[in-house]
Amino acid sequence: MLDDFFIRALAAGIGLAITVGPLGCLVVWRRMAYFGDTMAHSALLGVALSLLMDLNLTLSVFAVAAAVSLLLLLLQKRGTLSTDALLGILSHATLAIGLVLVSFMTWVRIDLVGFLFGDILAVSRGDVDLVWGGGILVLFAVVRLWRPLVASTVNPELAEAEGLEPETARLVFMLLMALVIAIAMKVVGILLITALLIIPAATARRFSASPETMAVLASLVGVLAVVGGLFGSLKFDTPSGPSIVVAALVLFVASLLTRPRTALRQGDPA
Amino acid sequence: MLQTNTRIAPPLVSLTGVGVRRQGRWLVRGVEFSIAPGEIVTLIGPNGSGKSTTAKAAIGVMKPDEGSVERKAGLKVGYVPQKLSVDWTMPLSVERLMTLTAPLKRAEIDAALAATGIAHLARAEVQHLSGGEFQRALLSRAIARKPDLLVLDEPVQGVDFSGEIALYDLIKTIRNTTGCGILLISHDLHVVMAETDTVICLNGHVCCRGTPQAVSRSPEYLRLFGARAGQTLAFYQHHHDHTHLPDGRVLHADGSVTDDCRPDDGHHDVMPTGGRAGPMRLGHVHGPDCGCGQPPVKGERRDA
Repeated sequence: MLDDFFIRALAAGIGLAITVGPLGCLVVWRRMAYFGDTMAHSALLGVALSLLMDLNLTLSVFAVAAAVSLLLLLLQKRGTLSTDALLGILSHATLAIGLVLVSFMTWVRIDLVGFLFGDILAVSRGDVDLVWGGGILVLFAVVRLWRPLVASTVNPELAEAEGLEPETARLVFMLLMALVIAIAMKVVGILLITALLIIPAATARRFSASPETMAVLASLVGVLAVVGGLFGSLKFDTPSGPSIVVAALVLFVASLLTRPRTALRQGDPA
Repeated sequence: MLQTNTRIAPPLVSLTGVGVRRQGRWLVRGVEFSIAPGEIVTLIGPNGSGKSTTAKAAIGVMKPDEGSVERKAGLKVGYVPQKLSVDWTMPLSVERLMTLTAPLKRAEIDAALAATGIAHLARAEVQHLSGGEFQRALLSRAIARKPDLLVLDEPVQGVDFSGEIALYDLIKTIRNTTGCGILLISHDLHVVMAETDTVICLNGHVCCRGTPQAVSRSPEYLRLFGARAGQTLAFYQHHHDHTHLPDGRVLHADGSVTDDCRPDDGHHDVMPTGGRAGPMRLGHVHGPDCGCGQPPVKGERRDA
């Protein structure tokens, strides 16, 4: 029953879930959910460019996502529009340009649905290696930069005044997001990447006492969602990417039904 | 390390002709001052006078558009920003807040929390603290890292009145024991100025400066804050032996509570000559050098 492709799907999904846990927490804390969407939507432009110029797909998606995040930084510095307006422009502009470019390329037949929703059951051995290799790289960078990332999330000026480098941390964070989106596209697809970033982190929040436990728990919840979603898609013959997101959603709803942490003021004599 | 002669030690930070311009408007211009180890410099001024901007320029968070800022090499800053909000989605206990920018030893965390009187809140989530408790946590965090320069942007906002004086006492004690320099921003003139070596009164530029006594008498200061501001300093300098509670009763220094207070009710110290009973009476938590002869009860809150 557990065919080889299913094992590969599990390996890729679990690797990805572990990687996105801490990043998802940072996205939630920084209220950047829409930023994740924007980068994911820009991935379609990356796909189109890779087909047009015959480039490596993952590399091309990464390059476009990174370029979009740098553009965002630049536009934010000019300070004429609010960040969410800028994100809205970039998000839909890149998605639309990508779709237009794809429609021009009548000579290639591309599976648009595959890119939008992913096809984890089709991942190759090479994809699994990419997910784990890239994942280890991302996690290593996140661990190294954890303190400046968390500190600048709380207050960038405080972080800078006390000798951390919030600007560098922010830049690296954006590049890591671009990398993760490039890697994750095949697994859950462009439209559902943000869900995998945010839902496990939101689920972990209720059970966490520190940023670190929340990051680890988000990874674990993600792994549960991947395993549950894949087995569900096998059993009910549903599309795998959306099934993973539905499984994550089920875990989130279940977490809402549990009692919240009561010891919010532990040690308080009252 | 304690600097024995603070006046000769090279400054921790010095600003020369500093101006910061944003969107075509000068937030502040021509600011000159320096902070030596062990010195407390207080910035005062009305809203929008450039106090926070000046402090940010001093610690390098804002780049000046003119003039220069020189900081001692390897200067370690402890910063309490004016505004800080932690998103509800981030689980952050007071303990974890302490190690936000650098790791600390358990004992250092405990000592810093005890110093501001919130040791019992170590494991509470910061989002559940009251405004005053949160300010104490931020101050703990800044002092726990044993900075060379402590920059406090309105550190006692939201702290109740007696707690406020306790925290200013603590700030002074930190200066005395560690020899760090302190840059303080405050509008609590009457309390803050008595502890300060140098007061700089800002209003887009430095409008007057000097010792608290000199500044409170300067015409520029009086014009900026009104004549009553000059008197508030005097209120702090005289002797307070009781606190008026919110319900109208009176808490005396000997711990007793009465319905009203009369000079001859036996609870009061003898008024020093010249002491005026002003409209505002300050209770204070006793420190080793508050001068009233009561034993120190640092860290204890009188605001039950």
